[in-house]
Amino acid sequence: MTDFLLELRSEEIPARMQVKAKEDLARLFNDALAKAGLAAVSVETFATPRRLALIATGLPMATDAVSEETKGPKLGAPPQAMEGFLRKTGLTQDKLIERDGVYFAVVEKAGRQTADVLAEAIPAIIRAFPWPKSQRWGAASVSTESLRWVRPLQGIVALLGDDDVPCEIDGICSGAATMGHRFHHSGTIHIANAADYAAKLRDAHVLVHFSERCRIIRDGAKAAAEAAGLRLVEDEGLVVENAGLTEWPVPMLGRFDAGFLDVPQEVIQLTARVNQKYFVCHDKASKLANAFVCTANIDAHDNGAAIVAGNEKVLAARLSDAKFFWEQDLKVALDDQAKKLAQITFHEKLGSVADKVDRVAKLVRWLVEEGIVKGASADDAERAARLCKADLVTGMVGEFPELQGIMGGYYARAQGESDAVADAIRDHYKPVGQGDDVPMAPVTVAVSLADKLDTLAQFFAAGMPPTGSKDPFALRRAAIGFLSLLLQNDLRCSLKGMLVATGAGASFAILEEFLIDRLKVQQRESGVRHDLIDAMFSLGGEDDLVRLLARVKALQAYISTAEGANLLAAYKRAANILKGSDPVSPALDTARDALMADPADIALLSALDIAEPQAKKALEAEQFEDAMAALATLRAPIDRFFEEVMVNDEDAAKRAFRLGLLARFRDAVTQVADFSKIEG
Amino acid sequence: MSDVAPLSFQDLILTLHDYWGKQGCAILQPYDMEMGAGTFHTATTFRALGPDPWNAAFVQPSRRPTDGRYGENPNRLGAYYQYQVILKPSPPDLQELYLGSLHAIGIDPLLHDIRFVEDDWESPTLGAWGLGWEVWCDGMEVTQFTYFQQMGGFDCKPVSGELTYGLERLAMYIQNKDSIFDLVYNNATVDRPAVTYGDIFRDNERQMSTYHFEVADTDMLFDAFKKATAECESCLQHALPIPAYEQAIKASHIFNVLQARGVISVQERASYMGRVRDLAKGSCQAWMAKNGWAA
Repeated sequence: MTDFLLELRSEEIPARMQVKAKEDLARLFNDALAKAGLAAVSVETFATPRRLALIATGLPMATDAVSEETKGPKLGAPPQAMEGFLRKTGLTQDKLIERDGVYFAVVEKAGRQTADVLAEAIPAIIRAFPWPKSQRWGAASVSTESLRWVRPLQGIVALLGDDDVPCEIDGICSGAATMGHRFHHSGTIHIANAADYAAKLRDAHVLVHFSERCRIIRDGAKAAAEAAGLRLVEDEGLVVENAGLTEWPVPMLGRFDAGFLDVPQEVIQLTARVNQKYFVCHDKASKLANAFVCTANIDAHDNGAAIVAGNEKVLAARLSDAKFFWEQDLKVALDDQAKKLAQITFHEKLGSVADKVDRVAKLVRWLVEEGIVKGASADDAERAARLCKADLVTGMVGEFPELQGIMGGYYARAQGESDAVADAIRDHYKPVGQGDDVPMAPVTVAVSLADKLDTLAQFFAAGMPPTGSKDPFALRRAAIGFLSLLLQNDLRCSLKGMLVATGAGASFAILEEFLIDRLKVQQRESGVRHDLIDAMFSLGGEDDLVRLLARVKALQAYISTAEGANLLAAYKRAANILKGSDPVSPALDTARDALMADPADIALLSALDIAEPQAKKALEAEQFEDAMAALATLRAPIDRFFEEVMVNDEDAAKRAFRLGLLARFRDAVTQVADFSKIEG
Repeated sequence: MSDVAPLSFQDLILTLHDYWGKQGCAILQPYDMEMGAGTFHTATTFRALGPDPWNAAFVQPSRRPTDGRYGENPNRLGAYYQYQVILKPSPPDLQELYLGSLHAIGIDPLLHDIRFVEDDWESPTLGAWGLGWEVWCDGMEVTQFTYFQQMGGFDCKPVSGELTYGLERLAMYIQNKDSIFDLVYNNATVDRPAVTYGDIFRDNERQMSTYHFEVADTDMLFDAFKKATAECESCLQHALPIPAYEQAIKASHIFNVLQARGVISVQERASYMGRVRDLAKGSCQAWMAKNGWAA
């Protein structure tokens, strides 16, 4: 048993690719071992900007010898068959084994040295490595077939125990030498074996453990903020990114001019985070402070004074640019910005963004005037809709597209729009997918809902629904947002009515089906059964999604009781018996029925007479639990019915009567839900 | 920075010339046409194609009409200077050579935080792309570092390494200035005063911004764009890649001015860029053909 070290050293690997690269390296390595019949006790991977490495422990020195048996021709087979078999196996006939009248060739395969397996596997892993983007480089790149790597590959360390595993790929030979930190350590380092890899590199200012660098950044950034009496705004994404940009991370606090705090804090945070990879800090009052934490890659001679000064200057330049945009944008009324939306294509088949805004504004007014969204002023809602996309043409959103909506909210407030309007502009993109905050403010709800509804209706009407994994216009996300808005705000309306109001003018069957499908996906997380949604939707006529979901929930609660399960079983039995026949439902008011019926028939009939109108009334009052309770009263009589009487009685009249009775039972249940769609 | 006085703007250029000249680069002069970046110089575009080795360095005045700020913004200019190095094939120690150049201009990598941060370069108008980094010095991007993979739509065989230094940014850094216009352009002598970058260029920024944003005759420019396009095609028919390419550069610049003038809609933008790209690609193709290189 021994350990193996592999290090693939290159020029700087993009930070965002390192975590995945570690996983890919482990996978490819394990696959290569498995193919050779080897397995390691453990495999650990490492990534820094300049290296991707792996340590496998507990590898055997060689693979086991195996004997492989190949079936050959039968005794007495034509000589050509035997000749062919011998040629294939390279044996002579006397070396074959005969068993049950069949020849077998047995080939003994000696075990292979693990070092040989690895020497073959390393170049194969390198060539097969699935980098998201790779490149050619250097003199070898006269051929487009030359080696590709994420950035130029510079060296390979491959050590099994204390020995080199010699291999070569495109002129790069493996060995025991690597490099330390780019600036803290000059010259090469010789690694003895896997056990001293991390320590040798640590001595050369390289921390190979990704998690250790993350911890230093996380803790160090926090400590730097606290030392200044501030609180770090934690950001695990930034921790990982900075760990991917450093081999020797050193977090340090810097400051910026407090005058920049006039600029919306989202802008400052975004500039700091996205452009500079800095953390930001809050003061004691939880407001953004004029401080940031950057992560250097060196222990500087001057303890980082020059680095902090440099970074402060860069951030100041960025913030003054942002301030410039902010001040310029404030000079232009949003109404004037909105006019420029005519220049921006929403989609070549669906007109400009101005066209979209116009459609949304009309839809918003309709939603409010119809009373679907309550508590909003129609004028406010339309105003918000008309301005909601205006920030797309501002300098700030041009620079930071992520701030769409947020900037519009700021500009609207600054020009004196009401809070309701400004909030609606700010939040109308929400919710962005499952789990995001769902707006509750009426004006915001109206604008957000109309925006998504228009997008969905227009793209579907133009024949561009999502297909398979392709959803270029994020319609699935829009649908989830639309549904969340409806359900969380209890918006009561006919889905079809809303779709017609979009004016997209097409049949909405595909879109409705798509939305119901999304509803199932969205509800799965909260445990609502998809088959029960189908059971309600397939009744037809129920396209008020709020009511639909309330019914589904009542149904699910009932179905999961023993009584509900029995009723479902009875329904399935009844439906089965009725399959193919369409009997007339009987009523209990003729003497003839009374005469021929058994007590179990009468009991069911009486129960139906009471339960049917009860269920109907409860449904009308949207008391779905009560409708279920009404159905529940049928459970005992239907069980008794199946127990005591024969449906297929010899007497044709009795048979017809009972079939009719069953049909009434089925229909009574079906007015509550289409039980035939329920699974189980 | 260090004990010695920081380099003036012109000394920065001279130091880089000296450094890259010693590395075997031919020190060229700027291309004498208006262009948006050093990559447009034929020393980069054309020389990145084909198998022949090529090592050159030069300053390229670069015009970005939309970035003009009337000389008011301390960090933005409508015209600035790029220092461009191209090494073909890319040498195995290109990063070390580059870091050597930073050392030569007075940046100590144990005092300043030098980082290679992913930034893949793409020029839609040249049909070119490559992988590489923006090089950060204490968080400031000072150089674009690219391994060209394609130029004019053709695979680079072999790959060139391209370094593009933003000279003004680097100088602001070295001289510790907050405004481009305060940069020391040259050092004073006993009887001749120093001049600043602003002394030389602020008026250019003001006037060119006014011209690009307010005055430029758009009818004339649209017409000129058309004529440059036609001229490029005519040169291509005569198998003259260099003059054809010059017309492509001209069309590209005219397009940039039209954009600054705000008369090209978002929809039209892509189609104009596509036309320039076709001209550049056609020129590259003609260059390949003239030299007898297969794609």
